[in-house]
Amino acid sequence: MSLGVTMTSLANKGRGWSWWYLLLLVQFVAVLWPPFYNRIEPYWIGLPFFYWYQLLWIIIGAAFTGIVYFATED
Amino acid sequence: MTEVNWTALIIFVALFAFITWLGFAAASWRRGDLDLLHEWGLGGRRFGTLITWFLVGGDLYTAYTFIAVPALAFGAGAVAFFAVPYTIVAYPIFFIVFPRIWYVCHKHQYITAADFVRGRFGNRWLALAVTITGIVATMPYIALQLVGLQVVIGALGISGTGFAADLPLIIAFVILAAFTYSSGLRAPASIAIVKDVLIYLTAFAAVIVIPIELGGFGKIFAAVPAQKLLLATPGPNTTGAYSAYATLALGSALALFLYPHSITGILSASSGGAVRRNAALLPGYSFMLGLLALVGFFALAAGVAALPEYASGFKEFGNNFAVPALFLRSFPSWFVGIAFAAIGIGALVPAAIMSIAAANLYTRNIHREFINRNPTDKQEAQMAKWVSLIVKFGALVFIIFVPTQYAIYLQLLGGIWIIQTLPAVILGAYTRWFNDWALLVGWTVGIVVGTVMAAAVNLTPTYPLQLAGYTFPGYTALYTVILNIVVAIVLTPIFNAITAQQTRFDETAASDYYA
Repeated sequence: MSLGVTMTSLANKGRGWSWWYLLLLVQFVAVLWPPFYNRIEPYWIGLPFFYWYQLLWIIIGAAFTGIVYFATED
Repeated sequence: MTEVNWTALIIFVALFAFITWLGFAAASWRRGDLDLLHEWGLGGRRFGTLITWFLVGGDLYTAYTFIAVPALAFGAGAVAFFAVPYTIVAYPIFFIVFPRIWYVCHKHQYITAADFVRGRFGNRWLALAVTITGIVATMPYIALQLVGLQVVIGALGISGTGFAADLPLIIAFVILAAFTYSSGLRAPASIAIVKDVLIYLTAFAAVIVIPIELGGFGKIFAAVPAQKLLLATPGPNTTGAYSAYATLALGSALALFLYPHSITGILSASSGGAVRRNAALLPGYSFMLGLLALVGFFALAAGVAALPEYASGFKEFGNNFAVPALFLRSFPSWFVGIAFAAIGIGALVPAAIMSIAAANLYTRNIHREFINRNPTDKQEAQMAKWVSLIVKFGALVFIIFVPTQYAIYLQLLGGIWIIQTLPAVILGAYTRWFNDWALLVGWTVGIVVGTVMAAAVNLTPTYPLQLAGYTFPGYTALYTVILNIVVAIVLTPIFNAITAQQTRFDETAASDYYA
């Protein structure tokens, strides 16, 4: 909660840098480091971990981008 | 294979007839004066969030993607899934960088990335380098779209010898050329809507219907050979498949939006807000791409390569035939028609946008810059229309007379080349610090070293970089763009000192880059 408030106050509305952009970096780390996910177990609906993990990150990444979109206005 | 699938063919042709009509009718959609280059070549910069979403999505997810990504999964396994992290990291880059580029291009009426570089750095030779890179990287990409089209036409059972064999492809291309000529970017924008609906329909049908037929994901992945299921664990003193996978994803993402057709799509948006919204909404396509990558494994599990009725298709098209064969095996004929039309139309949309983008580049940054400095608006638009025809004709001739493998090699090199424009275009959107000649030398070094490295590994995408006893296999494009940036950084102070320039040319102002 307090983190959220801090983040909001740091969010520089408009032109320049916003701390919210750091949220976008999370997905880089999550999907560009194969040792995190180059495994078969656990399966999910028959999909090996390697596949469903990366598909899941499409959704998480889209959600993060959406959050940053609303947090940083033009 | 020799038997024509009539039901599928009729639906395929009907859908093609519909988009042909749509392509011509698009000329009067959001009507503008098509004798102006920005009307013909950027749709008058009038596309809102939704149309831009369809256009850019229709642009980036090409027929070749739908054929080649599953084909790679079918042939090589897990490594094909790099397409997923690639799209995941592409959109944050797009979100951060491209609203800035849209704003500055809108403010100064730039139509191409080279226009921007010319205005920012005032160096016509640097702008020429960006232009030529864009055109050269685009040409083989257009040719590959035709490969996608060829595969589905072949899979419909249409075959022949000599001229007759190429006739369907030629007809499709004449249609494409005609509506692009008459309607400009409005044609692919309107057709992209149809394309994307069909592709989504096909992708979802494929991931729902086929796994049910094959007995579920569990059974499918049980049928995939173990060595294809995961990336190979790296041995000692090498980062192995891991670094190859990650650098392919990151490098491809950085190169993606530097392609002229991406930039054309982005610049046709009506507002910076539409660009930003699209960055947040475009991951909607990533999910579909992820699903399609899985389709390669379905084809593997279904054992299509071993079925005698598809033997001739695999012989002619190799692994690229995996997806069409799987669809033929799994879907009723009428839906095969829809699915193949989706892929075929998926070839025409990007091909149209690519040819328009190349035409914009030639017209603005070569013809206007070096040949006729003061064309009338009408002459300029007319020139672009002709160039779009020439570009497409060139791609058609290439694909008919040159082995497909060459187009694939050139497209690979194109990725290495286009990423070398990153310092001027993307870093240039943030800073005017770089010396323009230093950027040009960096570009040259990147192109030359990248080409040599690619040749050294027999035109495969990854190069085993040796450093301090370790081997780092990675995407050549990413390695060489880093080299390019280092060269530009080192040379900038040196060149600035030599030329002793007091003021740097820059027709843009800091406030041009945001709302």
